[in-house]
Amino acid sequence: MYPADFRYSKDHEWVKVEGGTGTVGITDYAQSELGDVVFVELPKVGAQMKAGQSIGTIESVKAVSEVYCPVSGEVTAVNNALSNSPEKINQEPHAGGWLIKLKLANPSEVAALMDAAAYNAYVDAKAKEHSA
Amino acid sequence: MRYLPKSPSERRSMLDAIGVATVEDLFKTIPEKFRLRDPLKLPGPLSETEIIQYFQARAAENSRGYTSFLGAGVYNHLRSVVTDALIQRGEFLTSYTPYQAEISQGTLEAIFEFQTLICQLTGQEVANASMYDGSTALTEAVLMAERLTSRHTVLIARTVHPEYRQVLQTYAKHLGITIREIGFTESGQIDQAALGRESFADVAAVVVHSPNFFGVIEEIPQLAELAHAGGALLVDGITEAVSLGIVKPPAEADIVAMECQSLGVAPSYGGPYVGVIATRDKFVRQLPGRLAGQAFDAEGRRGFVLTLATREQHIRREKATSNICTNEALFALAATIHMTLLGKAGLRELAEQNLAKARFARAELEKIPGVRRPFSGPIFNEFVLEFPRSIKLMNKWLLEDKIIGPLAIGTAYPDLSKRGLFCVTETMPRAEIERLVACIKRMMESSSSGESKS
Repeated sequence: MYPADFRYSKDHEWVKVEGGTGTVGITDYAQSELGDVVFVELPKVGAQMKAGQSIGTIESVKAVSEVYCPVSGEVTAVNNALSNSPEKINQEPHAGGWLIKLKLANPSEVAALMDAAAYNAYVDAKAKEHSA
Repeated sequence: MRYLPKSPSERRSMLDAIGVATVEDLFKTIPEKFRLRDPLKLPGPLSETEIIQYFQARAAENSRGYTSFLGAGVYNHLRSVVTDALIQRGEFLTSYTPYQAEISQGTLEAIFEFQTLICQLTGQEVANASMYDGSTALTEAVLMAERLTSRHTVLIARTVHPEYRQVLQTYAKHLGITIREIGFTESGQIDQAALGRESFADVAAVVVHSPNFFGVIEEIPQLAELAHAGGALLVDGITEAVSLGIVKPPAEADIVAMECQSLGVAPSYGGPYVGVIATRDKFVRQLPGRLAGQAFDAEGRRGFVLTLATREQHIRREKATSNICTNEALFALAATIHMTLLGKAGLRELAEQNLAKARFARAELEKIPGVRRPFSGPIFNEFVLEFPRSIKLMNKWLLEDKIIGPLAIGTAYPDLSKRGLFCVTETMPRAEIERLVACIKRMMESSSSGESKS
């Protein structure tokens, strides 16, 4: 379910690191909690992001949610396809529904994030909390 | 909100419940020197009859029978009794904002019609359900431009209404927005050459009024080009909505912030009036305020909803597009009824009458020796004239003839003393224009021998 080569935050964002670049998106758990996404607001290329800072908002039929940047860096690309097809976040949250790409400022931040197994356990615990 | 009176025993039990001995104790944290120890100096109680007599006496103190040539942001226009009769219906007059949108179909439809008419008037694609007034609408438009561009400097024309600029300054002071003012030329319009020389590095918006404070119409297409070349947006403020009956809609502007008082709202001291923001569809998510939209139910029947409410504070809290904007639903309704009564042809005819009367008045006043037209730009129903003497003194004399003269713009523009801003709308009879001209002429002639030129 959750790709093994991604790292995950407690706020349900993922980051995939390739070389010095990190691709950021929201997890399948996050998209299923949000429901149908209708609008995405993303930063501009060149924006400097700090870990924990808001990179934008995702609006679904249920709510508007902030998306937090799991790692620091400079935005090198944003997924413009989402402005016309925000549903990609629901359909393929870990692939075509990516949000931004960053040039990592501090690669050690990645290690502090959860791996797939830890995130799986984290989400399971959340799900139990909900059903309890 | 209801006022709930309390008996002494109820007060006692309330104090006991929170563990306080006296009401006084609740104010202990306020330093002694700031506390009011004397009772308020109020007259004793009056009977109902006495109160009515008191207010009738005050009302009789209002001046009557004066002819006013004041405009400068508030305009005297004819209003139909139909407007007041309709807006005073209880369904409109007493209803609160339609948070429970689906059961407020009538209110939502009225808002939808208002938005539609405003779009048609301004040449824009989307308009909100109204704003508090024109000045706060202009400021909210600037904040919108700031969010859209991620820039924090505003270039504002000195030809924008001075009080509107003050409102913007008040907001800007605490929001880290830098304001730079751009001067004007002998046309009475913003100095486009000076604007072109400005650095646009951090400029979010170029802000103008059209017609501007001097009554002159600005060149919106050229200004939009200049703003866009610098990566900024053009915000066009409109204080005289009736001008849109004849002036080309500011479709090239990115955001239009308008005061709609001219559309069916009587001039009154301090308002309330009604503002509105209209903009391009692509900017709608940064538009503050309420939006009514048209929708269809499962059976295909037309209905109305509050739409894109995620921009608003009851959903978005501190991240809302604005937490300090309010709307003026009742006056937006008045404007809608007024515009509907006039119709497209009626609004155009009304605007033509304003223009014709203002031009007639200006031409007659210009025939008086020593009176000069300082600005060459095109006008609508207001114009500035320069006189050989103080406007304030002239106005003092005019008052004796029950004429409220032009606004002395030297108060706001020290470099423009001896210049008066006149407003002439369709309500002004020709005979009154001629009386004004005769009074000023007489005044000039009687004083030209001895009066010094200072």
